[in-house]
Amino acid sequence: MKPVKSLRIDARGVHYTPLNQMIRKAVADGVTEIIIDNVLGQRFIADGLKGDGVTITLNGVPGGDLGMFMSGPTLIVHGNADHAPGNTMDSGCIIIAGSAGDAVAHSMRGGRVYVRDNIGYRGGIHMKQYLDKRPILVVGGSARAFLGEYMAGGLLIVLGIDGTPPLSERGIGSGIHGGEIFVRGRVNEMILGFGAKQKPATDDEKHQMTPVVKDFAAKFSLDPAPLLASDYTRIVPASTRPFANKYTWE
Amino acid sequence: MTIGSIPLRFRVSIDPDRCMLCGRCVENCSYDVFRNDEDVIRINSRNCVACHRCLAFCPRDAIDIAEKPTDYRSHPLWTREIREAIFNQAKTGKIILSGMGNALPYPVIFDRLVLDACQVTSPSIDPLREPMELRTYLGKKPGQISLRESPNGDVELKTNLTPNLQIETPIMVAHMSYGAISLNAQLSLAKAVSRIGTFMGTGEGGLHEALYPYQQHMIVQVASGRFGVDINYLERGAAIEIKIGQGAKPGIGGHLPGEKVCADVSRTRMIPEGSDAISPAPHHDIYSIEDLKQLVRSLKEATEWKKPVFVKIAAVHNSAAIAAGIARSSADAVVIDGFRGGTGAAPRVFRDHVGIPIEAAVASVDAKLRQQRIRNEVSIIASGGIRESADIAKVIALGADAVYIGTSALVAMGCRVCGTCYRGLCPWGIATQRPDLVARLNPDEASVQVENLIHGWTLELAELMGAAGINSIESLRGNRDRLRGYMLDEGMMKVLDVLPVGA
Repeated sequence: MKPVKSLRIDARGVHYTPLNQMIRKAVADGVTEIIIDNVLGQRFIADGLKGDGVTITLNGVPGGDLGMFMSGPTLIVHGNADHAPGNTMDSGCIIIAGSAGDAVAHSMRGGRVYVRDNIGYRGGIHMKQYLDKRPILVVGGSARAFLGEYMAGGLLIVLGIDGTPPLSERGIGSGIHGGEIFVRGRVNEMILGFGAKQKPATDDEKHQMTPVVKDFAAKFSLDPAPLLASDYTRIVPASTRPFANKYTWE
Repeated sequence: MTIGSIPLRFRVSIDPDRCMLCGRCVENCSYDVFRNDEDVIRINSRNCVACHRCLAFCPRDAIDIAEKPTDYRSHPLWTREIREAIFNQAKTGKIILSGMGNALPYPVIFDRLVLDACQVTSPSIDPLREPMELRTYLGKKPGQISLRESPNGDVELKTNLTPNLQIETPIMVAHMSYGAISLNAQLSLAKAVSRIGTFMGTGEGGLHEALYPYQQHMIVQVASGRFGVDINYLERGAAIEIKIGQGAKPGIGGHLPGEKVCADVSRTRMIPEGSDAISPAPHHDIYSIEDLKQLVRSLKEATEWKKPVFVKIAAVHNSAAIAAGIARSSADAVVIDGFRGGTGAAPRVFRDHVGIPIEAAVASVDAKLRQQRIRNEVSIIASGGIRESADIAKVIALGADAVYIGTSALVAMGCRVCGTCYRGLCPWGIATQRPDLVARLNPDEASVQVENLIHGWTLELAELMGAAGINSIESLRGNRDRLRGYMLDEGMMKVLDVLPVGA
């Protein structure tokens, strides 16, 4: 086995561009473990970064678009994250031991984003999938309005750990035309958006998301048993063509 | 059905004296107008869209197509188009989908602007014997530069320059996606722009492998659906363009219907075969001008600040203020798409009624940026309804740096502007994915035609400039003194900042 090359970066007062340059250089030099301390609001960390098997630990609070267009690395955040972590991400993993802002996993096409606590509005909006690329977003706490809008693929799970209702605001899955959303417990029909429908998840369906829930729990040292024992609601497209039958030819 | 049949749009006829029953019309028509019936070719005129494919391939000029062979009772308000739209919606209750650009007879401002030429007092220039500078650099220019003199007397630049795109003629090919047009159409355009030394846009359809050899002449688009966008795609392009809006349908997104998402389109867009490709109306990570800045910078950061980032907006009432925001977002160019911009499919109500003309939008954006002293921060690219070299000269004189041409490049490949792109049956092999139709377009031949068109326009542009005593495109840019308004009203001339003819 090759020895793990690691690097520790102090991000205090460092602008995002030089910070990313340091990260890119380290990855190019074969560093596979990077620890960044004192992260405070720097946006675009690991933006467009390629690097399978690279793990970057961020101590602090990264700014928006964490891991945008990222392909391969794993980011572990000890703290909250600002909006849109995993934006248009290609592959890799973002693990946030805290909460995140709006548009988490926006247009994500592959990889995983795990948020231990809560997320803001428009989580998982326009997530998509293609062949073996199936993005996964798991939220431990709750998500705000417009979750999974225009969703075209992928898997989104909201767990509502600690008794918070996972979803309580409107516009869930408006325009969804692919993928699936699992919500622990029941979902008020009133908050579903146009084009979404819900049904209690069957044992088979639950069985398929079980490995993901287990993995999520393991990442945050949670006990998966109560999560797996619960009932889930599965939200899917009412039709794969929400915009069909809207048009006539001139 | 109480409405019954509506009158024919086109009447197709074959002159039996000229027809030799070769059947080329039957083979060529993808709309099933013609049918072989033993010793006669039967015609179903109702299916005709006037694409002229049959006409173009009839060896005996036997085919004739007449538009609107039947009259309605004429009425200035209740036009034929209005009445037929009502019939359509009374039958279906749906949104009417249309193709190509704005179809209402709004006055064309370009046609009411005239260019200047030198006589006696300042000599005109003959481009044959004098150098004529048409090369243009798109992107940010420094507000000021600082220099360092070395001991040996050499002077070097201390200022860091932002990457620019170098184009040999101020004409680029607009973003038309793979999906909206065929791969052969994109290939034709790519070959043409590579040979000329200019650029084309990918549209929001990803970048097909076949286009990789031309990637240094491609501007890759990032639109609200983010189709085909990953880091490799961003790195391949010579520049990146964020599409906020489109002149043919400002304010709304796009839906590529699942029927058009064939295996290859699905691979390039990175979505499952047969699924609808839905581009939402807004980018859901841009809800403000600050968010736009964030997207611009995220793209620059992802590509290590090596590539110019353009932002395209539809020309709307407050384009000038929006462009000023874009100029401050770190973007390198603002693309303004006028209300005559073409499209594969747009709701008719948007195509015909939303947005403003490119001439007014460019003039007001240029004025606003100059007023705020940030004109050097961004280039202005005009698009939407550029029909000939005169339009290019005029729009540059109104303040643009360069233009995008879309429809005219397609016309150079055979398009007859039938406006039926959304049917996916384009018999010219342009706006279709049907393999047999796509195969009709030969990229080697079509690229020469596109190249010829751009070359011809470039020559004309040089002649127009020479006649006006201008030997560099930079001296034409924003040079409104070389324009005069003819039969334009005072308000319009104020917006354009031009004087009337005779003044």
